[in-house]
Amino acid sequence: MAVDTAELESTLRAAIPISHLDIIDQSNGCGENYAILVVSEAFEGKNTLARHRFINELLKKQIAQMHAFSQKTFTPKQYETWLAKQNSS
Amino acid sequence: MFRSALRASTSLSFAVRRTAAAPRATALSPGLQFARRYLSNDVRQKIQQAVQSTPVVVFMKGTPDLPQCGFSRAVVQVLDLHGVPPEKMKTFNVLEDSELRSSIKEFSDWPTVPQVYINGEFVGGCDIILSMHQSGELENLLEKADVIPKIPESESQTQSSASSS
Repeated sequence: MAVDTAELESTLRAAIPISHLDIIDQSNGCGENYAILVVSEAFEGKNTLARHRFINELLKKQIAQMHAFSQKTFTPKQYETWLAKQNSS
Repeated sequence: MFRSALRASTSLSFAVRRTAAAPRATALSPGLQFARRYLSNDVRQKIQQAVQSTPVVVFMKGTPDLPQCGFSRAVVQVLDLHGVPPEKMKTFNVLEDSELRSSIKEFSDWPTVPQVYINGEFVGGCDIILSMHQSGELENLLEKADVIPKIPESESQTQSSASSS
């Protein structure tokens, strides 16, 4: 069963304050292969593994239905830095 | 020599413990599904031993020589880039063992494969390994774990992604 992008987004937004969110369906529209980028101040003070585990738990149901899932997590400050780096290359 | 050790290491005899009446995938009754979701102590112990057996342990799809998934391939390539010697790394092919494929997700409480353990501790999947590689954290971790030698400060060069042979 395919995963619904809107559901992913609403689940996330209901749980943590989101400054920026990208959900990319990498499965040519099949809804089985997602990459997400989440920017939230809720990540402050959490190391990468803790953040990923947090998101995994939040989206447990949906991830279980996917073939592939990858995520990038940033605090708002880290996102600014990352964007700057992306734009300068 | 490494190849045969790899093959031997991929079958941890998980299949032996399978209960008699358990069919695959779709036709499980709710009760049986419930039972299978919990990791038996036996399986848990086997995985625990496996992740502590070698400094670097990777649960992946395929093998380092023949990865069967882009994320798994990326992980073994990055580890190879850092010069992890074969004798300090063991990989398990979850595609060869469906029991392992599901139990490792329970064990690690992590929904996807590949999964990397260093010195018995779960480090992460492909995303985490790649970003640790880019930040230099992975090299530090591998050096601290005595998996790769520390490069003396005076000789260290810029962190390029080219590996030396």
